[in-house]
Amino acid sequence: MNKTLFPQHGANMGQPVPRYEGRAKVTGEARYPSDVRLPRTAYAYLHISRIGRGTVQAFDLAAASAVPGVIDILTHETIGDQIKQTPAIYQGGYASDSFRPLGSAEIAYWGQPVAVVIAETYEAAREAAHRIGVTYGPHSPPAADMDSPDAVAQALVPMAIDVGDFDAAYAAAPIKIDARYSTPAQHQNPMELFATQCMWEGGRLVVHEPSQYVNSVKFGLAEQLGIDPERIRVISTYVGGAFGAKGFLTQRTALVAIAARRIGRPVKLVATREQGFTVSGYRAETRQHVQLAAEQDGRLIALKHEGWELTSRADTVAMGAVSMTTRLYACANIVGRVNAVSADRSTPGFMRAPGEMPYGFALETALDELSSKLDMDPVELRRVNDTRTEPVGGLPYTSRSLMRCFDEAAAAFGWQDRTRQPGSMRDGDWLVGWGCASAFYPTQAGNSAARVRLTADGRVHVSSAGHELGQGMYTMMAQVAAEELGVPIERVTVSLGDSDLPPAVVSGGSAATASVAPAIMAACDAIRRRLGVGNSPPAGVRAAMEASGMGVIEEFAETRAHGLPLESVRDMYRGKALPTGGVSLPDRVQFALGAQFVEVRVHALTHEIRVSRAVGAFAAGRIINPRTAHGQLIGGMIWGISSALHEHTEVDGRNASYINANLADYLLPVNADIVDIQAIMVPEEDKLVNRAGVKGVGEIGVVGVAAAVSNAVFHATGRRLRDLPIRIEHVM
Amino acid sequence: MRPFGYSRPSSVSNAILEVREFLAADPQSSLSFLAGGTTLLDLMKLDVVRPERIIDLNALRDELGYTRSDGSALRLGAFARMADVAADAEVIANYPVIAQSLSLAASAQLRNMASLGGNVLQRTRCPYFRDPSWSACNKRVPGSGCAAVQGANRAHAVLGTSDHCIATYPGDFAQALVALDASIVIAGPRGNRTIPFDSLHRRPDGNPHLETSLQPGEIIAEFIVPARSWMRRSLYLKIRDRQSYEFAVAAAAVALDLDGGMVRDARIALGGVAAVPWRAREAEDALRGQPLTEAVARTAARLAFAEARPQSHNAYKIELGQSTLVRALLQASSMELRP
Repeated sequence: MNKTLFPQHGANMGQPVPRYEGRAKVTGEARYPSDVRLPRTAYAYLHISRIGRGTVQAFDLAAASAVPGVIDILTHETIGDQIKQTPAIYQGGYASDSFRPLGSAEIAYWGQPVAVVIAETYEAAREAAHRIGVTYGPHSPPAADMDSPDAVAQALVPMAIDVGDFDAAYAAAPIKIDARYSTPAQHQNPMELFATQCMWEGGRLVVHEPSQYVNSVKFGLAEQLGIDPERIRVISTYVGGAFGAKGFLTQRTALVAIAARRIGRPVKLVATREQGFTVSGYRAETRQHVQLAAEQDGRLIALKHEGWELTSRADTVAMGAVSMTTRLYACANIVGRVNAVSADRSTPGFMRAPGEMPYGFALETALDELSSKLDMDPVELRRVNDTRTEPVGGLPYTSRSLMRCFDEAAAAFGWQDRTRQPGSMRDGDWLVGWGCASAFYPTQAGNSAARVRLTADGRVHVSSAGHELGQGMYTMMAQVAAEELGVPIERVTVSLGDSDLPPAVVSGGSAATASVAPAIMAACDAIRRRLGVGNSPPAGVRAAMEASGMGVIEEFAETRAHGLPLESVRDMYRGKALPTGGVSLPDRVQFALGAQFVEVRVHALTHEIRVSRAVGAFAAGRIINPRTAHGQLIGGMIWGISSALHEHTEVDGRNASYINANLADYLLPVNADIVDIQAIMVPEEDKLVNRAGVKGVGEIGVVGVAAAVSNAVFHATGRRLRDLPIRIEHVM
Repeated sequence: MRPFGYSRPSSVSNAILEVREFLAADPQSSLSFLAGGTTLLDLMKLDVVRPERIIDLNALRDELGYTRSDGSALRLGAFARMADVAADAEVIANYPVIAQSLSLAASAQLRNMASLGGNVLQRTRCPYFRDPSWSACNKRVPGSGCAAVQGANRAHAVLGTSDHCIATYPGDFAQALVALDASIVIAGPRGNRTIPFDSLHRRPDGNPHLETSLQPGEIIAEFIVPARSWMRRSLYLKIRDRQSYEFAVAAAAVALDLDGGMVRDARIALGGVAAVPWRAREAEDALRGQPLTEAVARTAARLAFAEARPQSHNAYKIELGQSTLVRALLQASSMELRP
């Protein structure tokens, strides 16, 4: 059972108030984008490519067009150049990839949209899509993965890190680890599918779409359609999970928009679960090589971490988290390298703890290998290498509570009872293993704006184009305004998820609270200044409001995050508010840190691997709401278990297709897999990171769990497993 | 999903009448029965099956939804819900392997919808069968080939396969029925017939599209499990990649008749590893008259997999299947039965 279901209010934490939108969600009153009913809606259904590379030679649309209710079929032939190119975010644009939707006859990856059927009903559109005949031109087999002879590896030179003399130090060191690791392709699979509804009203386009960044959709779509961005409004008041998949503009939105324009009616698309595997980016597979060298006492002498990440031919995407894994521990000789390997696949993207999950798995497993070789407790290995400054640039950590997290989690877990020898903790037919690993996530923030209105009767309204992904954005916004203006939270209402509101940062990179809370605070400051109560504590705002005789005060504020130039404020008004921080600052490094402890049980005969207990402790600056933060942390830890034992998008090399693109075959843990999970929030104060003192908890819970599981499996079985996911056949 | 004709007959006899009329009008056209719908509707939405006529049999639940037991047999109506039978006190006490095979299958929601008859007819989870964009699938398109042989086949079968099809039979309940020598009553246009359950599923051989011995228009009406007191010493062990809501990578249904430590009789069926519900008679023979030690169980398990044929990604199933059977036998032998 969950031991901290109702987390306690701790030091530097706000109140664990219940979710602002909880009642609306559990009663079904909350309207997600696909729930919105528009008049005379027509339905779209995608037909996707079934080859991995080649061209469309011809369409046979006769049978599809004959299905009763079919209104229109979009192909590259029927829409011509109606959709213009917009660059991907990796080139400074808005889109999650640089493929122009239905741009040509060329097929660049399996799952690429090649036609869109518009019909009176979803069922008719689906039937017609199934009846579309596509003749593909002659094509050679695609490069499906990194092993394909056709895949092209490319060193990403700007990501290289060199400190000291790694080769010499490694050669001379007494203790060494040299190991290779791999992680598979994974897909975010939010419960809510990729839906888009578009409606033209006069010259204005309204888009209902679940999004982590409504303004990226607005401005990118305007470029694609060649219209003024101010004619587009994107609404996303609830999002049913995103995890990076809904971060930026995808190809589907323009297709639905032009379909709606062509037929003069609203059009609704809900891509199927399978199609969702190529609608947006995903976590690409990685290969990694880690070399560690240490003194007999465990102090690191040399560290080399090199990664290879799969990407599409069109976009060079790499998460490259060696920038972080080289900065976690004291070490004088360091090499970091990142390579992108291009293949015939859709463009990867962000998935919760995008680089930190795979790169953290390799580094933290390698450290466990080192601790075994040294016959040293893995917690103590982290302790002797703890540091106050990162070793690459010599910059100070704004705050660092790594060992406090280890100590609190170890105590809660009962780590002192561990016997070190692998296989030494058997319980009947079950081999028991305990493992641990560090968790880390860069603390980032971006520019954001907010508007706050205080009325004479003590009501407050807060608005900002942030996003409610399930993480608790509504609650956080209400809570910050209530605290700043000294009103009960029940008196606060919130608007978000609408591009007509003051712009906010993309809700990604664990940066939403760290970015939007300071903007709300700044707007509340302005209200207090108007009332003459300055920046003093909020008591007295209500009285001052009454005394002022004013009916309403409304203030708008924008905040610029540390490390961003002045021009970046203009970018915020153009859908380009991206977070920075972490290891990208000239003067300091910022990390949330944590410790993961896991108990696994492996059956001696039948080898099932189960996580029977997990304890994580995390220090992430100020926790505004311990209840929603706790939900994010245990949710993250469950993702970590999932990445260790379950998730794996399987690629068929013959056509580069995903053959388990459904929730029966793409395994995620079910309730029965998650037995006892505990997240401890370690109090930490960091006044430097941002005004709110918030580091963010959206992603750190994932990081390190896979390594802790792999390390625990080693402890249980003596088998060192370096490839995810770990399955029955690997421990036989 | 393509348009289809639909009717909902009110009784078995009316259903058979409709079948007769339909087949008489056009013997070539495709007909599907709808029970819980947990397989059929999925496959229709995926465009894998395209029946022209659906005969919805859910009105037969009143007639054929029972679980009853007399001295000689347990009788289960083919339209009983999986969840109801799994929760039946008589089944739990005297046929634990049946209750467990049902309760370990699917999810609570699916078990509440799915019928027993539909469950044993569940189609394979082979991804190349379930995606019609793969042109090669002998089960879907006779003679087209098998995409799984050269494809991702970690989940595929090692027993009972052929060069034409390596798909795994996905269900659980069927293993319990095979192990317990169940028979089924079939209603059809040419009257009722009763056959041993283990003759229902056909091995793929050269005709993987012919999955069962049911004739067009035939309906499974009832399962009959002969009563034997030692069936109380039975269990279903299901090994899978997650703890629930997942198909077996290996499973064993076992029932033991023990005389002291000696095996008087044994029933063994294997799941997750075979093309059809798989009775392991050689393993049963090897147990009879022997003490149930781990070594004896291992010998029996080896015999059960003697004919196993691995594919590129599923060789582990041969060892895992044996371990699963050994564990199931040892667990069954140590079951404490109330007198």
